[in-house]
Amino acid sequence: MGSPVPTGEAPLSAATSTSPGLRPPTRRGTELVMLGFASALVTAALILVEANQEQALTMQIVYYGLAYMALFAVAHLAVRKWAPYADAVILPCVALLNGLGLVMIHRIDLAFEGKVIQGELYSAKAPKQVLWTAVALVLFCLVLKFVKDHRTLAKYGYTAGLVGLVALILPGILPSFIAPEINGAKIWLTFGAFSIQPGEFAKILLMVFFAAFLVSKRDLFTAAGRRFLGLDLPRARDLGPLVAAWAVGVSIMVLQKDLGSSLLFFGIVLVLLYVATERAAWVVIGLVLFSAGAIVAWKLFNHVQQRVANWVDPLATYNDAGGGYQIAQSLFGLGTGGIFGAGLGAGRPDLIPEANTDFITSAIGEELGFVGLSAMLLIYAVFALRGLRSSIAVRDSFGKLLGGGLSFALCFQVFIVVGGVTKLIPMTGITAPFLSYGGSSLLANYVLVALLLRISDAARGPKVTPKPKPQQPAIADQFTVMVERPK
Amino acid sequence: MQLTRAGFLVLLWLFVLAALRVVRSDLYAASGLRVSVPGFRRNAEKAAKGNKAPRQLVVTHGALTGTRISLDGRPILIGRADDSTLVLDDDFASTRHARISLRGTDWYVEDLGSTNGTYLDRAKVTAPLRVPLGSPIRIGKTVIELRS
Repeated sequence: MGSPVPTGEAPLSAATSTSPGLRPPTRRGTELVMLGFASALVTAALILVEANQEQALTMQIVYYGLAYMALFAVAHLAVRKWAPYADAVILPCVALLNGLGLVMIHRIDLAFEGKVIQGELYSAKAPKQVLWTAVALVLFCLVLKFVKDHRTLAKYGYTAGLVGLVALILPGILPSFIAPEINGAKIWLTFGAFSIQPGEFAKILLMVFFAAFLVSKRDLFTAAGRRFLGLDLPRARDLGPLVAAWAVGVSIMVLQKDLGSSLLFFGIVLVLLYVATERAAWVVIGLVLFSAGAIVAWKLFNHVQQRVANWVDPLATYNDAGGGYQIAQSLFGLGTGGIFGAGLGAGRPDLIPEANTDFITSAIGEELGFVGLSAMLLIYAVFALRGLRSSIAVRDSFGKLLGGGLSFALCFQVFIVVGGVTKLIPMTGITAPFLSYGGSSLLANYVLVALLLRISDAARGPKVTPKPKPQQPAIADQFTVMVERPK
Repeated sequence: MQLTRAGFLVLLWLFVLAALRVVRSDLYAASGLRVSVPGFRRNAEKAAKGNKAPRQLVVTHGALTGTRISLDGRPILIGRADDSTLVLDDDFASTRHARISLRGTDWYVEDLGSTNGTYLDRAKVTAPLRVPLGSPIRIGKTVIELRS
């Protein structure tokens, strides 16, 4: 690819040009088998839920399972066509997580069916989420089709950064008739019937920007500054971008009252910086900055204080408005589940507030127990492992940074939400990727998966030998012809 | 009832194990950096048996740290030019900086008229120098060495 992207690419032609006929295995067959396994598991989960909830077991359930498999078969075909060497484990992991999320949302629908919540009749969330899944898979296929080479994204780095920043800040500054405050956070934009969370997409756009920016300016960040306590501190003037990221993170926390996103955003920036420079100093400086910002926010803002109080002792604020009720119920749910869980469809996830969005992991923990929840977390871990593996193997710096950032972002998001519901860190209200109910999160995460598959395709595929540039003979080698001097 | 509950958990873990199995079987194929080419590797090993001939070039410092290039007898060009074997993205390297080539059974490094010079251990490379195993060659911010 003769792209003008300044990436340190393809240094390995000597090692590979020795094997022209040999192609690495595509492993698409493995992917298909694993997808079948995932669909079977999802169908089994649905059957268990229906049986335990004393619904009629009909052939309908099997059709749902087949429809789910068909959805992912389409995605599989898209991968086969547009990214044939992509990783074989990522898509099945996503299919399983998304499917179990759907089953859980349906299960919570059953618990609330016909009840009146907050003055409105509860409407089933599962059909909407199925629709979102279908839309997300279409988007997934489109990204695979149109992003032929992840390096082209680097060209749009600054555009992506600008759009991402605007999308991130927009709900915080718009008036509340278009950006209402829901559950204490101002992160939604509503357009009539449906609402989106632009922050979810901003996450990916900003990662593209930071990866492109760091690749082109990497030397700047490794320039040595003073050495202090065994750390190579960067020079003060190179701190600019980090301080800017910090300011954005803090302003999200203040304007939108969204602690989760600000933590996620800042974490991503720090990790990308660390991956690009291999300097622990950046992480230390970033953590110090973030802690300072968090402490100041805690002193100044009521909603931050409340979150911390709920975290320290959820039972003390159990009866207050916006108190520890949610976390306490989540912990009770997890406790009821115990080691092996109550069984799918046999728990009481309706007692946990927001069980289909932020607290879906505690609903799963109640019904599948510690054993089941840890299996789910391991599936996330496998996903991230494959993402990081691909970014190690990919040959251009931009791909490495973007792949590492995307994998880390997903992992970190899981950490924030699971840490929140298990009272390891203050609860911050963020969706569990692929599990929670919510269209924006699902769409954005499928874009993330498509980009990761694109990077892993580039990492594992046969090396594309760049077309040799037309060699311009050096001026010294050119034939010289004596001509008469014009008179 | 209890059976289905346990059965589902077992299935879930089987999925995790199946995924890890795929990961394991894929560990080397996916690395990209060292594509295992059976025929080639075997020949190289046969040739290297007995004497400790360098078989790969490893980047130990700089942006490309960890990169390995198998030595197959052909010369290795190092520089910022796109068609170099090892493409350096380094302001201190010249377009065509240095060449490492096989003469007889030994590898030699020579400087191709670079601006900032090539160093073998501490010595500046002015004429082709024999490269012993494991001695660092410094080019700009990048350090490479030969390993068996």
